[in-house]
Amino acid sequence: MYVRAHTWWTILRIALEERLVYRGDFALGTLMRFLPIITQIFLWWAIFESIGSGSVETAEIANFTFPDMVAYYLLTMVGRAFSSMPGLASGVARQIRDGEIKKFLIQPVDMVGFLMLNRIAHKLAYYSVAILPFALVFYLCRGYFTAGWPDPLTLAAFVSSLILGFLLGFFLETSIGLIGFWFLEVSSLLFVYMLFSFFLSGHMFPLDLLPEPWNLLVDLLPLKYMAYFPAAVFLGKVSQDELMLQLGIQVAWIVFFIFLSRYLWKRGVSRYSGFGG
Amino acid sequence: MNVIELKQLTKTYRVYQKKEGLLASLGGLFQREYRDVNAVRGIDLTVAKGEFVAFLGPNGAGKTTTLKLLSGVINPTSGTAQVLGYVPWERKNAYRRRFALVMGQKNQLWWDLPANESYRLHQQIYRIEPAEFTRTLDELTGLLGVRELLRQPVRELSLGERMKMELIAALLHSPEVLFLDEPTIGLDVIAQHNVRQFLKQYQLERQTTILLTSHYMKDVAALCERVVVIAHGQIEYDGSLAGILDRFSGHKIVTLAFTENQMPPDLTPFGEILEVLPPKVKLRIDRNVVAEKLASLLSQHSVEDVSVEEPPLEEVIADVFSRATRSKEA
Repeated sequence: MYVRAHTWWTILRIALEERLVYRGDFALGTLMRFLPIITQIFLWWAIFESIGSGSVETAEIANFTFPDMVAYYLLTMVGRAFSSMPGLASGVARQIRDGEIKKFLIQPVDMVGFLMLNRIAHKLAYYSVAILPFALVFYLCRGYFTAGWPDPLTLAAFVSSLILGFLLGFFLETSIGLIGFWFLEVSSLLFVYMLFSFFLSGHMFPLDLLPEPWNLLVDLLPLKYMAYFPAAVFLGKVSQDELMLQLGIQVAWIVFFIFLSRYLWKRGVSRYSGFGG
Repeated sequence: MNVIELKQLTKTYRVYQKKEGLLASLGGLFQREYRDVNAVRGIDLTVAKGEFVAFLGPNGAGKTTTLKLLSGVINPTSGTAQVLGYVPWERKNAYRRRFALVMGQKNQLWWDLPANESYRLHQQIYRIEPAEFTRTLDELTGLLGVRELLRQPVRELSLGERMKMELIAALLHSPEVLFLDEPTIGLDVIAQHNVRQFLKQYQLERQTTILLTSHYMKDVAALCERVVVIAHGQIEYDGSLAGILDRFSGHKIVTLAFTENQMPPDLTPFGEILEVLPPKVKLRIDRNVVAEKLASLLSQHSVEDVSVEEPPLEEVIADVFSRATRSKEA
């Protein structure tokens, strides 16, 4: 056990060093990430203005005031910082296509575990630098968080939902990447996934805006747990008993994708090694 | 003790036959034609501990497929294999800690980091004791003369240097069996020589069992006492390098220098004429009649100089390959 932990630590440390080679690129890139939000905020400003017939302060949409809306977008940025996995699925598929995957058949190291440590390192390296622009933006926008800091319990739930969001995003995208054993190229599959994710994760708009039957569907799908859910928890939009249930659904999806990725890896490797390449 | 035992090992690939043209490509989305490629067909082979064996064969002969089977990257279609008592394609960690595969420049190294860091990782995943690790790394970097490059990012190394670093990565855990697929491909003459020298010395000291494929006859001549010639997925020859000549080359090359203006007009009764540059003639003479023909030549004509040579190895082996092709087509 100790030996294994040490191995993991070494992988993590080396991956971290590798990522830090690119640190210069981080800071500017992070600020740029907030740009799309600004357009969304202007759009919502106009919408709230027309609903409140000129007065933005009094208008409300699905229990969201204008400051709520801004806070929501900023918080989904945090959620997505944990759950989005740029290049993961396409990277796995590329490794399968060009045979780099052989490394994991020959060396005594587990690919999914290796990728996960890599991704943790990736996130740590990125956000140890990106935390500065994040903090700056949140500080400048502090006025929009009208309710102030949530209570410790909600805060704990928020942090848990972020960490679970990371795990969910990781195993989900790894599973998509592993489909590369059958399709070789997963970019169109990934595109479809991104499209659904954009609308149904809450990245585009708060899911509270969805009408009734859709709400239930979105609750049951894994997507909303990667953007909407952490933000909603922070803003106190999730009631106590709903919170436990939804965290449960999130965990269930993680377990599902862990098993799915294991299964795909096993089947994929036997297919790969049957074909050669 | 046999380290490697193959019995009737067979591998058939199913490859997709893509037709030319866009329409045909679209059709390929729904119905695909496959063709079976018999990459390896029924190979029997045993290798004892400490042997250094070369696989020779033209492209597509099944050399690399055999190495992939032995390292567990692919599963066979039929037949059995045991390496160090393990079935390779079960991919047990215990087996994976005891062998290594080096395939061209497919990098096991982290591109943006110094090789040193990749080696640290290998130390962990192969569970190498720290003292052992330091000793092996020191020995290998010394032998290959790359000690000062350990701290340089891998992407800044030359091809030859990178190959050396790859070799070190593969050897850090002191594998008992080593598979080398074209270890000198793409290297310049000096780097090739260095890698060869290193492998020779390493094998002498460690008595590692090594299987190597290479297109460079020099690699083979310098390193391997045993040569396995593979063509069309079958073993055509298994023995010493010199034995290939005895077995497959039916003739010798005889060069004669006649005394000025004494060159006979017709030499065809003695052998096949390869080259005439008066007063010199190069003849190809059947191996079993060389002595007889030479005796009559010398008694009938005035000859100043004679040399008898084996034909070049490359030629003989190329001949073996094309013969295998012909017999397969027949």
